[in-house]
Amino acid sequence: MMKAAQVRLENVGKRYGKQWVLRQVHLQIEQGEFYTFLGPSGCGKTTLLRTIAGFIAPDEGTVYLDGTPVNHVPPWRRDVGMVFQNYALWPHMSVYENVAFGLRERKVTRAEIDRRVMQALEQVDLKGTEGRRPSQLSGGQQQRVALARTLVIQPRVLLLDEPLSNLDAKLRAEMRLELLKLQREVGITTIYVTHDQEEALALSTRIAVMESGRIVQEGSPREIYEEPGDRFVAEFVGKSNLFLGTITRAADALIEVRTDNGLQIRAAFSVGSARAQQGETVLLNVRPEAVELKPPDAGTSEMNQLSGRVTALAYQGSSVEYEIEVRGRALKAHIVHPKGTPLFQPGDEVHLVFAPQNVGLLHHGL
Amino acid sequence: MPKSEAALTIRLPARIDWWQGAIMMSLIAILVAFILYPVLRVLWVSLSDEKGDLTLIHFVNFFRRPLFREAFVNTLLSGLLVVFFGSLMAVPLAYCSARYEFRGKILLQTLATLPLVIPPFVGAVALQLILGRSGMVNLLLMRYFDVSFPFMEGLSGVVLVQTLHYFPFIMLNTAVSLANIDPSLEEMAQNMGCHGWRLFRRITLPLMLPGFMAGSLLTFIRVIDDLGTPLMLNYKILLAPQAYLRITTVGIDDVDGYAICVVLVVFSLLSLYAARKYLSLADYATAHRGVVVLKPIRGIRRAFVLGFIGIVLGLSLLPHIGIFLLSFSKIWSFSVLPTSYTLDNYTEILFRAPHFVKNTLLYTLLAAGLDVLMGAAIAFLLLRSRLPGRNFLDAIATLPLAIPGVVLAVGYLRVFHGWDFPGAGGPLTSHWMILVIAYTMRRLPYTVRACYAALQQVHLSLEESAQNLGANRMKTFLKITLPLITGGVVAGGLIAFVTSCVELSATIMLVPKVEMGPISYGIYVYMQSALGRGAGAALGVVAILLVSAGTYLTHRVFGGRAGSAFRI
Ligand SMILES: Nc1ncnc2c1ncn2[C@@H]1O[C@H](COP(=O)(O)OP(=O)(O)OP(=O)(O)O)[C@@H](O)[C@H]1O
Ligand SMILES: [Mg+2]
Repeated sequence: MMKAAQVRLENVGKRYGKQWVLRQVHLQIEQGEFYTFLGPSGCGKTTLLRTIAGFIAPDEGTVYLDGTPVNHVPPWRRDVGMVFQNYALWPHMSVYENVAFGLRERKVTRAEIDRRVMQALEQVDLKGTEGRRPSQLSGGQQQRVALARTLVIQPRVLLLDEPLSNLDAKLRAEMRLELLKLQREVGITTIYVTHDQEEALALSTRIAVMESGRIVQEGSPREIYEEPGDRFVAEFVGKSNLFLGTITRAADALIEVRTDNGLQIRAAFSVGSARAQQGETVLLNVRPEAVELKPPDAGTSEMNQLSGRVTALAYQGSSVEYEIEVRGRALKAHIVHPKGTPLFQPGDEVHLVFAPQNVGLLHHGL
Repeated sequence: MPKSEAALTIRLPARIDWWQGAIMMSLIAILVAFILYPVLRVLWVSLSDEKGDLTLIHFVNFFRRPLFREAFVNTLLSGLLVVFFGSLMAVPLAYCSARYEFRGKILLQTLATLPLVIPPFVGAVALQLILGRSGMVNLLLMRYFDVSFPFMEGLSGVVLVQTLHYFPFIMLNTAVSLANIDPSLEEMAQNMGCHGWRLFRRITLPLMLPGFMAGSLLTFIRVIDDLGTPLMLNYKILLAPQAYLRITTVGIDDVDGYAICVVLVVFSLLSLYAARKYLSLADYATAHRGVVVLKPIRGIRRAFVLGFIGIVLGLSLLPHIGIFLLSFSKIWSFSVLPTSYTLDNYTEILFRAPHFVKNTLLYTLLAAGLDVLMGAAIAFLLLRSRLPGRNFLDAIATLPLAIPGVVLAVGYLRVFHGWDFPGAGGPLTSHWMILVIAYTMRRLPYTVRACYAALQQVHLSLEESAQNLGANRMKTFLKITLPLITGGVVAGGLIAFVTSCVELSATIMLVPKVEMGPISYGIYVYMQSALGRGAGAALGVVAILLVSAGTYLTHRVFGGRAGSAFRI
């Protein structure tokens, strides 16, 4: 078990010239967590990670490692291991020398270095490549060397900057599982950066969604996906059908909303979510996979039923992605068709059906 | 109808290949005649006895003679010393330039070009006046402290002049390879606990080494090629001056001269080969994350850096100051500063003997023009044709980099002397065109590289997409290719022009008559007499101005990448 650390950021901000690329970042990451910064390109994820690693000095706020402020501790004394997006393997050293580098810096004895390097290479399934140069390895192997090189020094925190983004889709999926297993095995506090929402949802214990230098929502993968706090999160994490409307009736567990294009939608409160008042303007969110499509003549028991016309479809193997026009708006539906059943075709009239429990209520970002 | 159309589509590429083939053949013919054959003749003379049989006896004799042995050792030594002292100045400067941001950094850029605009043999004269036995510094030292230092005596004078002239080559190459190091490689090491001097030794140094080595080897080649500096300083125990002396005093049939030439070529070829190896290595660490942030430095560290730059700048400005003063002096000897000033020297070179300047402009512009044409044609054939023999073409077009001027000149004298060249009205060696040819061939590698690099950036898909959108070959070339490569081609031509302006190694042996001599030759001739030195210096100032103008234009065309012109 490694000496996992707790990471805390208080009001961290960073600007280049006049432009703030990080603003008022507060967060607390517990020991052993797998914490992910998720956000679109250019939102400041790398900057935040590099601030924790000590390569960037924040212009305001404080970074704490295990409760100690480290703003003035240089990168080489922070004992946080970072894996760079491009792996940054030293081309003039062999795999062995790359992995042994940090241990040499720590004045570990030769025999101990040998033992730990071999163990680390075994851990990432790279035994036998120790004599090779990084350029003689495949992308996935390079990525694992980079990981081994950082893990072998048993840092307090592991920082990963989009480590899987240079790999092809299949390898990425494999490495994702490997990474998860490895992290749970060694129990190290891990901070992970990605713009891939699937990756974030699959790996993390908690996710911080970032937008232009701010953290807009923090929570477990389920919270982020099922209860996005605002329009940005709803649209960035997964796909969404959004409806802007006014509450016409608010009951105990159910509200009725009239949308701006004249649709009637009922939404159920999930336990603990904030109450809404009649007359309030709200944003509703329905995930495409929560929608069912029915032929217009089929009866249904669901309380939400919108009629529209199929405009496009994309067959995806496991499901079919439909685009349906409802009162001048394009809505999305992901439908799983049992084998052999016919698909709806463009021009078909359909009913979109979904339960009030599947309607999310966004409080911000109207 | 369909039949003739098919015939047309088949014939079209065939005809184009034929054209390419014709151009290729003529280029190869020219390069063989003026590069390969003369050099091979030199080689053959050194390897054959009177009966025409193969022998190594001339090389055995070469190493038997103490004078040649000494020249051999001195040549190696001077190259190594220049690289060593040059690196002491160049590496710290390169590091500052690639890593730090500070007020006054512009001085660094000045420092990288200033020494290059003054030809080393001109600088040699100027440094004599300042650091020589009876020069400014020693006179002052004698007057106040009654000591003097033999800065400029013998080999040390040559090394001093060449170090001050050539260190920017090392600096530029090192700076480029430092700047190319992916910053994350160093950050990763910091992340692992490594910093400061250890970081430099374990990561930075090994990664910048290939670029540094390439720069050093290229400097080495130029140092052993330099004939003018030792001649001006009257130090002759080096290989290039020995070859020159054998051929000019003993005669064109003196075999020892040829043996020396071959030794020089072997040195240069080995260095060039190694430099290319290192240059290809230098690119291996260049996957970039993006913006490289230069570290700002202030206060005491900035003062320290500026102080170092100031010292080097002051040293490398000495030749410029000396030559400038000399060009306005009536007489300057055994005095700290010139005793009286005059404009006569400029009248002399501009009105009484204006042919030096005129000749230089004529020869170098012609040579640069020819270089651009040939360079562009060669680059095109190398990159865009499928003709066999391209590697051969590339090899002989690169060869001049490793052929010292003396050797090429000896080869020309050997091959073109004594028979009437068609159209020249006599032997080619009696015609001024021989100088244009020598310049064209010596500087061809620069334009080939420049055109090659420019054309390489025009990815084939850019041309193809234009054709795909309906432009024919001619239109594609005029609208897409030409505009994109113009910058590189012009820059290549400018470099050929600039470097030809100050060529002396081949010039000095090839000038048929004094009236046909260019500036560099004029400087050499004037400097032979104490009275002519002022006029020689005035010519030197003209050369500096020409080179500065050319360099300035190169920077304008090349922009920030001007330094790449000095990495071959
Ligand atoms: N040295 C710098 N100078 C000026 N602006 C910078 C600098 N470094 C980063 N930025 C800006 O800061 C913002 C955040 O950059 P950052 O690299 O943290 O984004 P990111 O979220 O990691 O993006 P990506 O997903 O593309 O890697 C960007 O708008 C970027 O242009
Ligand atoms: Mg990033």
